[in-house]
Amino acid sequence: MELFIVILYATIQACIPLLLAGLGELVCEKSGVLNLGIEGMMLMGAVTAFVVAVESDSLFLGFVMAIFAGTLMSACFAFLTLVLRANQVASGLALSIFGVGLSAFIGLEYVGKPLQGLENFFISYLSEIPLIGRVLFQHDIIVYLSFGLFFAVHRFLYHSRLGLVVRATGENHDAAHMMGYSVIKIRVLAVLFGGMMAGLAGAYLTLVYTPLWSENMTAGRGWIALALVVFAAWRPFRLLVGALLFGFVSITQLFLQSNQGFLSAVPTELFTSLPYLTTIVVLVVISVAQRRKNLSVPSNLGQVFEPR
Amino acid sequence: MFLSYRIEKKSYTPTFWDNILLPGCALLAMLVISGIMLVLLGYPVFEVLFTFFISPLTNLYDFSEVVMKASILVVIALGLAVGFRANVWNIGAEGQFVMGGIAGSLVALYFYEQEGFYILPLMMLSGAIGGALWAMIPAFLKNRFNTNEILTSLMLVYIAEQLLNYLTYGPLKDPDGLNFPQTVYFSESAIYPYLLEGTRLSITPVITLLLVPLVYLLITKSHLGFQLRVSGYSAAAAKYAGFSAKKMVWISFILCGAFAGFAGISEVSANISQLIPDISPGYGFTAIIVAFLGRLHPVGIIFAGFFMALIYIGAESAQISLGLPVSIGNVFQGLVLFCLLASEFMLRYQIKRR
Repeated sequence: MELFIVILYATIQACIPLLLAGLGELVCEKSGVLNLGIEGMMLMGAVTAFVVAVESDSLFLGFVMAIFAGTLMSACFAFLTLVLRANQVASGLALSIFGVGLSAFIGLEYVGKPLQGLENFFISYLSEIPLIGRVLFQHDIIVYLSFGLFFAVHRFLYHSRLGLVVRATGENHDAAHMMGYSVIKIRVLAVLFGGMMAGLAGAYLTLVYTPLWSENMTAGRGWIALALVVFAAWRPFRLLVGALLFGFVSITQLFLQSNQGFLSAVPTELFTSLPYLTTIVVLVVISVAQRRKNLSVPSNLGQVFEPR
Repeated sequence: MFLSYRIEKKSYTPTFWDNILLPGCALLAMLVISGIMLVLLGYPVFEVLFTFFISPLTNLYDFSEVVMKASILVVIALGLAVGFRANVWNIGAEGQFVMGGIAGSLVALYFYEQEGFYILPLMMLSGAIGGALWAMIPAFLKNRFNTNEILTSLMLVYIAEQLLNYLTYGPLKDPDGLNFPQTVYFSESAIYPYLLEGTRLSITPVITLLLVPLVYLLITKSHLGFQLRVSGYSAAAAKYAGFSAKKMVWISFILCGAFAGFAGISEVSANISQLIPDISPGYGFTAIIVAFLGRLHPVGIIFAGFFMALIYIGAESAQISLGLPVSIGNVFQGLVLFCLLASEFMLRYQIKRR
């Protein structure tokens, strides 16, 4: 039981970077832009957060600058794809490759440096509830913020006028343009939001989850977040479920690795591969499921908008 | 956003000169931007740029290293270009490279006690098959279940790297290797022959140069190449013409996987001569840039590959002589792709006054 609580607690923390980056990409894709650069934006967020936090001794400033770095990266992407109308797949890849290199370059002197991570914030009364309190209400403040953001994004997309416009832009940009909405402006804002969230997700990794910087430390989380959006069929609630599932897999594999029992004969590399294997399996399952039902992918996803 | 200007799509296909001018502009823009970046970081700009782009060309050893790296990148990019032309996005060439390295090495280790001319061709074949088989996984998933090939091929990169880790730390580890994660050093017959005294120039560039005209013929002169191109321009047109989309996916992935796998075993045999956990500094990803910079054309890819290899070697010598971190090479490479994508705008659009 104790182990179960520990795993559930860790699952929630592990799901946060995926949830944050996934929410950002969800809004971005809802507006019709496919940004494959999450990995690069996350890495830039992660390294910026760490460097700023170490130098300024302020975690808050670290988070702020990470969000700024993520936004700046996404601004490059927005400029390329929305102003210069470049291919979104190629530009997103460029952003990821660039982010991997630049973050390694910036963070070189900071590899292995120690940092006091963000402390947990126990919500009074609620955290004292047995079991639920320990699993849900004894986290750091970013966890609560992430769940707040989750509800905010859900509300924004499905219960606000602007959210409707964003979705309409993703479904049919010509129609949205005819209606008098500025497709480019809406998409730029959506892309910038994606960058913000990816930056925050990266900062969570280096300031809270494992308060360290090492090259390429996102370990494919940005790509998994992309897969999660597909898995979620572009719906926020299913994104949360997916993020929790992946958090669970990545935590369980850690526990399995340290297991001394009958599983010790299994190579640890197999466990490390589990999140990636799960991603593939999940993608297959969801593709089969979506083939039967109507496709929920935004119709104009990835298409260049040419005003006539 | 554009007050008195308006962007119009040009309706013409790029000419031969456009295809040279465009990457040229991109490289120039990249040099300017990286120059500004270096100034801001307080590095001596001209010295750094000289070390990166000129000094590797001034001595035979470095030059041969550039040629070796370039040939690896060119082989992978040739395969990628075939797929990209057909709008098939294989992003996992890195994984196929690793699997090719593993599969080829297995042959080398199996024949460790033997000598013979047949070992090298078997290794190359095995490497190509290993890469192709790994690439067939996303192709199969795409065709059977309509799974996004970008994500699956990418996830397989991480899995291939874990497999390589497992093999080098586990079953294939050299028992006399002081517990280092590495296999035994390959036997003489399993190492690509060197061509030039005093350098590590081996037969990889020769084979690469043989592959270039083959790929050129495939994509420009063959019916298959025509089908691939049509599928890339318009899926609807390809379907109307009766071209099988699934066939395009299979061919793109298998060809690219085989090329990447061959590159993998070539790098392992000629450059490292044993299997270690780090056989690639991201060749599979850099090759994506090479393919685009070469405008998806085999001849363009040769030049692009050479330039990217120059950055790799330049980064190494900049680290030694100027103390710059190697990762600045990746920054430059990413910048190249950015600038290229940006300058394509000039080709496809024109800005007019309202």
